[in-house]
Amino acid sequence: MSVLRFERVSYRYPDAPGDALREVSLTVAPGEFCVLAGLSGSGKSTLLRAAAGLVPHFHGGSFSGTVTVGGLDTRRHGPAEIGAVAGTLLQDPETQVIMSTVRAELALALENLGSSGAAVARAVEETSLALGIAHLLDRATAELSGGELQRVALAAALVSRPPLVLLDEPTSQLDPVAGDELIWQLRRLNQESDTAVLLIEHRLERCLAAADRVIVIAHGAVACDRDPTGFLEWAAENEPALQTPGARLFEQVGLRPLPTGVKQARATLRRSGMLAPAGSATAGEGVEDAAGAAGHLGSVAGLASAASIASRRPEPAESRRRRGRLGRREQQAPPALELRGVWHELRDGPAILRGVDLRLGAGESVVLMGRNGAGKSTLLRHAAGLLEPTRGTVATGGRVALLLQNPGDYFLRERVDQEAPAAALAQVGLAGLGARHPRDLSGGQRQRLALAIVLGGDRRAAVLALDEPTRGMDRAAKHLLARWLRDRAAEGIAVLVATHDAEFAAEFAARAVLLADGRVIADGPTAEILAGGWYFATETARILDGAGGALRPEQGAELLRAAVGLGFERPARPLLAEEVPT
Amino acid sequence: MSRPRRIAYRRRASPLHAARASIAAAYGAALATAALLAQHPLLLGALLCAVLGAGIAAGVGPELVRAALRAALPIALLSVLVNVLVARGGLTVFARLGDWGVLGQMNLTVEAVVYGLVFALRLLVVTLACLLVVCTADPDELLFACRRISPRSALTAALATRLIPVLGEDARRLAEAQRCRPDGGARGARGMLAVLRATVGGALDRSLDVAAVLELRGYGARGRGAAARRPLSRHDLAFAAAAGGLLAISVLAALGGAAPFRAYPLVSLPLTAAPFALAALLLVLAGVPFADRRGIEP
Repeated sequence: MSVLRFERVSYRYPDAPGDALREVSLTVAPGEFCVLAGLSGSGKSTLLRAAAGLVPHFHGGSFSGTVTVGGLDTRRHGPAEIGAVAGTLLQDPETQVIMSTVRAELALALENLGSSGAAVARAVEETSLALGIAHLLDRATAELSGGELQRVALAAALVSRPPLVLLDEPTSQLDPVAGDELIWQLRRLNQESDTAVLLIEHRLERCLAAADRVIVIAHGAVACDRDPTGFLEWAAENEPALQTPGARLFEQVGLRPLPTGVKQARATLRRSGMLAPAGSATAGEGVEDAAGAAGHLGSVAGLASAASIASRRPEPAESRRRRGRLGRREQQAPPALELRGVWHELRDGPAILRGVDLRLGAGESVVLMGRNGAGKSTLLRHAAGLLEPTRGTVATGGRVALLLQNPGDYFLRERVDQEAPAAALAQVGLAGLGARHPRDLSGGQRQRLALAIVLGGDRRAAVLALDEPTRGMDRAAKHLLARWLRDRAAEGIAVLVATHDAEFAAEFAARAVLLADGRVIADGPTAEILAGGWYFATETARILDGAGGALRPEQGAELLRAAVGLGFERPARPLLAEEVPT
Repeated sequence: MSRPRRIAYRRRASPLHAARASIAAAYGAALATAALLAQHPLLLGALLCAVLGAGIAAGVGPELVRAALRAALPIALLSVLVNVLVARGGLTVFARLGDWGVLGQMNLTVEAVVYGLVFALRLLVVTLACLLVVCTADPDELLFACRRISPRSALTAALATRLIPVLGEDARRLAEAQRCRPDGGARGARGMLAVLRATVGGALDRSLDVAAVLELRGYGARGRGAAARRPLSRHDLAFAAAAGGLLAISVLAALGGAAPFRAYPLVSLPLTAAPFALAALLLVLAGVPFADRRGIEP
């Protein structure tokens, strides 16, 4: 018995040179929570659209094989009928919502299915309660934030209580808090109502702990179909770009099993004595002697605590003097970008920025983080001069090149080489694609073309600002972008990136700024800011509790190896901060 | 991001919003119809006060006034100007502008000005009454009501109304992205044309996205169910009664010639008790439903 079955399904889009799906066979049982993983362009979304009936009914093309959803063959039943047995949520929340109020949006699917008025009213009420959107029912959809819109769209997909729900990167436009909430809402739904879930997600660390199975699609075919732990083992051998940070951390140290989440990782570390047992005394809590603390715990946490205690020791006078001189020199150098007491207050509305002070030096790489609505995008627009502060000043050391969230918005011409100068195209690796139409480029190429457009021109940019550049990107593409941005910083361009992606932030930025309600609430080295939080922290930092400021798996592995090297025994002396690998 | 506020329905705590959409629309339509039937400027003045008062009581007064100043008033004044220039029925000439070729002798008359002003007043009231409906009647509820008559037309309307703000947002983003170009992008009419072309070009993709979602939500699957039975609320009853009363009074007054007005050839504006009584009655009928503010929270 299966709620979804693919039997030798192949599919080619109209006019496409190759197959998007190749001989795909898989089944999803009722109540299963399956994650669909794969690199960009591997065919995940096409598979999901085939399950929803959009392929081939909506997109056309050539199709072979059989897809059965809730007993309905998609060759004989179109998306409207499949919609009764499979709720679907696509990527862009803006186009997911049709009606002008939330209540009407939820009612639409049921009205279309011919439900009675009373059944519609009850289902709307219950679904809104289940998804925590009852307070939004009478709100206009045009007034909702991206996160709220996505939850409303999810509710609209679930309101008919389908046995299967299909989701295409539903968290790609959400902040970490809203993204995690959505995944756990799905898990709750899955557990409480036995709804099967097929979820496409690039940030696998976010959903593996909730998943029963992971199906990997590569070049249109199923490459792996295992439980999450089995998938991580497979990825370690076959597709490292799909590994989660936690799995990469464990693999580098040789620890098993590879963890599907922070909880499992920490349990393994505890079992192997590398982490203090839950509930035991932690360093700094009544333990005066750092060495004693490290020895007592015999763990990474101990190492880090020792480091943290050591780092709190009075700084030597000479070092303080030297740092002061350097700091003053940095302050005296003209900034690439300086915001002084910047306010952005809406007429008849709230203040989006509240007295923001921010200074970027040439060549600095800074990441701007915060939940949706914290003011990140507004701050970038002020930096680029698209908005005027209602109070405060913005000064720049030159041109600010701003890449907004949708690279496609920059394209107005018919050819790539008409959009940007040749030198700028070469800088982003698009030199050979001048004759192509911008809209024919892949997602990553579009972003690079948009970068070439904003960086082109006669005046060199002093600041490069990017707004959520990693949306919908796989890990390999993010890695390339991070490297490219580091290169630009090395050339002396100040790079400022607004992102929700802590892993990407850790990979490219030296400094992190946290915004909340339009205020800067933290500003410091990335290792410091992203190591100590719940949401704005990398998976490595959450596994190691921020020990030693390790953010990336490689740094965490170094730390773990150091712990292993010490044989989990009392160190001869407390470690100093600079001795902990970062 | 600051975005310009559009005239649109937004649920507010007001008796008119608390009434069902069809009745709120009927109330607005009754005010508009009354304005079309009324001849006497006193009645039209009373109806203007009634519409503005209803807007203020429903919490949409500023939107109505802004719309009136931006769009309705200029059009109304233009209509006065055109009437003064083209009307030939008046006898009281206040300016002789000589021979205007094909337009003949251009004599401006007091009667043409008065008629133009009354026409402008009527236009203003009708426009504001329509805007009142836009601001206070839930369009989704109206569409659902229409679906029982013509489901496909209603859904096409829903799709179009959804696509308009989506495309508007696309155009705003495109224009912003053009400002991020090193040269500031194409400016003026050329820049606007480029953005417009790109928006229209993207409209096909956008409409496909929205259409795909419509399919997934079951459009065209099995038909439609019966509407949920909702008991008539106190506000439904009050506004329905007010709408009926407004219509009845207006029709009776028009048929009975209770408040006559004539602009040509000479202005005849009898200020008897009847127009005053009718004006007061219209104001009371339009305003009474707002007195009861129980159960109006969204």
